[in-house]
Amino acid sequence: MAADHTLTQKLDALNEFDREPAPESSFQGLGNFLGVYSGEHVAGTEYIIGPLFVAHGVTMADFFLGLLLGNLLAVLCWAFVTAPIAVRTRLTLYWQLRRTAGPWLTAFYSIVNALMFCFLAGSMISVSATAIGLPFHMTMPRLEDTLPNSAGWVVVVLLVGAAFTALAILGFEKLAHFGKVASPWMILVFAAAAIAVLPTLGVSSVHDMIRVGNEKIWTGTPFPGQVRYTFWHVTFFAWFCNLAMHLGMADLSILRFARKWYYGFTTAAGMFFGHFLAWTASSILCAAAAGNVAPGPIAYLGAGIAGIVSVVIAGWTTANPTLYRAGLALQVATPNWKRWKVTLWAGVVTTIAALFPALMMKLLNFVAIYGLILMPMGAVLFADFWLLPRMGLSDRYAERKGIMFSWPAFLAWGVSLGVCLVLPIELFFKALPGWFLAVLIFVVLSAVQQRLQAKGARS
Amino acid sequence: MKKMMIAGSVAGLGLTIVPAFLVFTGVLSWQVHAHLMTAGMILWFITAPYWMKKN
Repeated sequence: MAADHTLTQKLDALNEFDREPAPESSFQGLGNFLGVYSGEHVAGTEYIIGPLFVAHGVTMADFFLGLLLGNLLAVLCWAFVTAPIAVRTRLTLYWQLRRTAGPWLTAFYSIVNALMFCFLAGSMISVSATAIGLPFHMTMPRLEDTLPNSAGWVVVVLLVGAAFTALAILGFEKLAHFGKVASPWMILVFAAAAIAVLPTLGVSSVHDMIRVGNEKIWTGTPFPGQVRYTFWHVTFFAWFCNLAMHLGMADLSILRFARKWYYGFTTAAGMFFGHFLAWTASSILCAAAAGNVAPGPIAYLGAGIAGIVSVVIAGWTTANPTLYRAGLALQVATPNWKRWKVTLWAGVVTTIAALFPALMMKLLNFVAIYGLILMPMGAVLFADFWLLPRMGLSDRYAERKGIMFSWPAFLAWGVSLGVCLVLPIELFFKALPGWFLAVLIFVVLSAVQQRLQAKGARS
Repeated sequence: MKKMMIAGSVAGLGLTIVPAFLVFTGVLSWQVHAHLMTAGMILWFITAPYWMKKN
């Protein structure tokens, strides 16, 4: 009983200034952000994203040029859109949103947000499970699998999910430190694994690389049943695969601990040393494995046991901050629950989602949908913070007037999302017009709302 | 002690990446490369947490 009481007290003490602006004593240095972002963007899912581009028949030129442009655009979004708001308000997305959109809409958004985060973390658990299951000869999920394909898969996913959730409950600083420790090693494992398999593809010199890259890796021919992707698909995927984090403002929760706004540029470590290198490496590994896309086996093919361990650690260091965010999001909807309990339930949902291999095998589409759903509220915050005061309108209107449910914010979210879904363009490209539309709707409706209220007050 | 740990970490990273180049140039077999990568991993995770600052 005493031990149980102590444990509860310890878990309760893990409160990390969630509900108040982050105090100066909690600010983190540049190195910590480099560690967090490089660890977070060298994830287990990078082992599947490269192969999925290969499966979709991307050419070598489209792959590299698309990654260069897309990653650059993503870094600029973090540095110039997310970070400046984060260091001015020092609040998480959820508490910032509460001031703008009101508590009821924030609660609803938080639940949607948390579910999206759970699915994302679920894909990382799936990826890690392909590595844990490898020594036990578990049947690997295939590109076309949607449901659990064996009892072994179910057992391994449940074990991995339980372990990840337990570790996520322990808090942000510890996992940030582990991400920082693991990330230099993980980046090298990706690079080493790819280099070691190049001879099996017929590469014996640097000059061979371009020929083999075009003929055997990024061939421009999609796998049977897959749609062909172009330069624009790669660019927009690289830009928007973290849409919810930058333009969607989820990383306010992380960057609020930054001393200066320009710490937003530390995301370049994740984009260029992480995504760029890791997707290239995993593409090469997929080609060397004759088109196998399961992360565990392709990592083992390149790096042996170290490859398997890297898949697990890469999945863990990314799933943990994601579960942390899910815990923060759900905490707003359950104000009387401590975060450890909320994180526990988020972990349960995540693990159930991870049981379905479709989450991993359709990851490119899922990531695009996830960003699209969460992005409009980031646009609302952007407009509320930068545009409304410059237009003579009140920012944080819901907080100032005690409004529980901001209909301008709700309609900006719902209408822009609805329009995006029916826009006759491909999924990856819908978010860009959607963001501008959400900003426009929120600004116009806020003006209408505030004039109506002022008129009502006068009469 | 700290310098020894940092040296161990550098060696760990070296064992992780250098053997891959030796496989590429045909000097080393894949099996030896995989064993050396495992050794590098162990060395890295034993030594790096010691000197990498928590904050």
